[in-house]
Amino acid sequence: MSEVANSIVCRQVFKTFGTGDSMVRALRGVDLEVRYGEMMALVGPSGCGKTTLISILAGLLTRDEGDLAVLGTDPSALSNHERTVWRGQNVGFIFQQFNLIPQVSILENVAVPLLLRRHPKKDALARAAHLLEEVGLKGRESTRPTKLSGGQQQRVAIARALVTGPRLLVCDEPTSALDGATGQKIMGLIRELTTASEHVVIVVTHDERIYHFADRIAHLDDGQVTHISTPAEALAESAQRAGDAARRH
Amino acid sequence: MRGIAIKMLFGDTAKFYGILLGLSFATLLIAQQASIFVGLMSRTYALIEETPQADLWVTDPTLQFVDDTKPMQVTALQRVRSVDGVEWAVPLFKGLLVAKLPTGARQICDVIGVDDASLIGVPARMVKGDVSVLRKPDTIIIETRGARSRLAQPVSLANPDGPKRPIDIGEELELNERRAVIGGIAETKPTFQNVPTIYTTYSRAIGFAPANRRTLSMILVKVSPGQSVTEVRDRIMRETELAVYTPKDFAWTTIEYWMKQTGIPINFGIAIVLGFLVGVAIAGQMFYNFTLDNLKYFGAMKAMGATTPRLLGLVALQGAVAGVLGLGLGLGVTAVVGLSIPGDKLAFKMTWQIPVISAGAVVFIVVASSLLSMRRVVKLDPSEVFQG
Repeated sequence: MSEVANSIVCRQVFKTFGTGDSMVRALRGVDLEVRYGEMMALVGPSGCGKTTLISILAGLLTRDEGDLAVLGTDPSALSNHERTVWRGQNVGFIFQQFNLIPQVSILENVAVPLLLRRHPKKDALARAAHLLEEVGLKGRESTRPTKLSGGQQQRVAIARALVTGPRLLVCDEPTSALDGATGQKIMGLIRELTTASEHVVIVVTHDERIYHFADRIAHLDDGQVTHISTPAEALAESAQRAGDAARRH
Repeated sequence: MRGIAIKMLFGDTAKFYGILLGLSFATLLIAQQASIFVGLMSRTYALIEETPQADLWVTDPTLQFVDDTKPMQVTALQRVRSVDGVEWAVPLFKGLLVAKLPTGARQICDVIGVDDASLIGVPARMVKGDVSVLRKPDTIIIETRGARSRLAQPVSLANPDGPKRPIDIGEELELNERRAVIGGIAETKPTFQNVPTIYTTYSRAIGFAPANRRTLSMILVKVSPGQSVTEVRDRIMRETELAVYTPKDFAWTTIEYWMKQTGIPINFGIAIVLGFLVGVAIAGQMFYNFTLDNLKYFGAMKAMGATTPRLLGLVALQGAVAGVLGLGLGLGVTAVVGLSIPGDKLAFKMTWQIPVISAGAVVFIVVASSLLSMRRVVKLDPSEVFQG
């Protein structure tokens, strides 16, 4: 596959935290390619390096070694300030705990990324209102986040993540704080809003029930991508592991 | 974004009121204690302010402050008058005497004896009567606070402990067993000792006072037109070997005495420092905790593209808004409390420096706690937002 079609290319990416006895090798040579228009799920046991990998892809952390290209840029090669600006222009975030500011309305919460980029307030609020309509929260603009259910709060977070029109959407356990049905709806919404070919969505998850929303699934273990599978293959592997475990007991 | 930052501050009601209360209380303590201190200190030199006609005050060289009267020889007056550049010099008697009231009660009073001819030194604001009344025999002028309080007389002589009324013109006192008739009532600035002040002529005052070879407490001097006050001051000092002060120097000498020789500054200083510490402890801590509570939102903003200076600007804005509101509220309460309590009960004088000093203290508290908070924001790793 040509790298031009890939939005993300990782080649032998390494990342280590700490030194000496406290040194932790979080990534041990990650190879990964993600295409434009694709939703890629990152799965694996706790501590396998998922969060470190998305942090590097989103420009929140820098790699120690390896080659990296995210939307045509190596964010690790940018200065701190440049990387911050790059993130603001290219990356949208959906967090496990939503991270909505409780003291302001959901309309203002959605407008925050634009306001941080010094967009005129009127335009930012208009754009935020449009996104809230798209996630099904029209008429609730002045509501505070704490007055909403978990699913509604995650919808607000999705609107906030998309308000700047980012090409890379990074979702960290987006359904872990939600019940099963709400999680399905949220993933459906993310999928629906990111169908355009210029988008790429990376989802870190432990939730097998949302595997089918992804185009491909990257399995991480011990700081490496062990293999890539389709959602059906991933579910089959998971079932196989569960069966093996049951027989051992 | 500034609006959102301010809403974040106001929206966390408990912490916001904690910060506001801390800053207001600190401001209140600092400004009120400082105002009372300045008010008390300004009372120590009330006599100087009440006598604006004098360019110079001549005293015994050992005198330490206005009320520390060390009588000089009467001949000192002639020696001062003979100095080149002196337009006029008049005597002033000042001393504490016991007054016997119509009820028989006794009250210490501060007796001021002014020059018989010119009456220079009599208060300018007469509430009842006229200063010329002092030219009548045995006459004195008292001031309003004394008339209303310590010299006040029972409404009914049959019930001396019952309700009281201000002593008035025409009533009589005894000063050192000599009759003194109240001929006028004047409005004067409160004094530090807060005993009733009685004004009369110099000759009458030394008549009231116990016999003493030296009776001249001070000499008030007017410098001739065209003459330098400091040169004339130096000349009098040189030629008479007496102490000579400008009104400003005399006031400062008095203040310095009270500052150095009494525990007053230390007591007020402790209260002011406590106020400052309260501000640091309550408001500073609350503001720091407020920022810590919001660190995950700042982290999310950092992840979403907010630069560190942008976030620091938001924290600084929150600190500034809290500081301005706390300072304003604290100064407002200080002023209301200070102005609502009568001057004879509370020495309160808020000079322009006091709000400035209070503002400086609040700025220090806010800046220090903001800097601590900002340190956390600067060190904030945006990838922490993925760690729940």
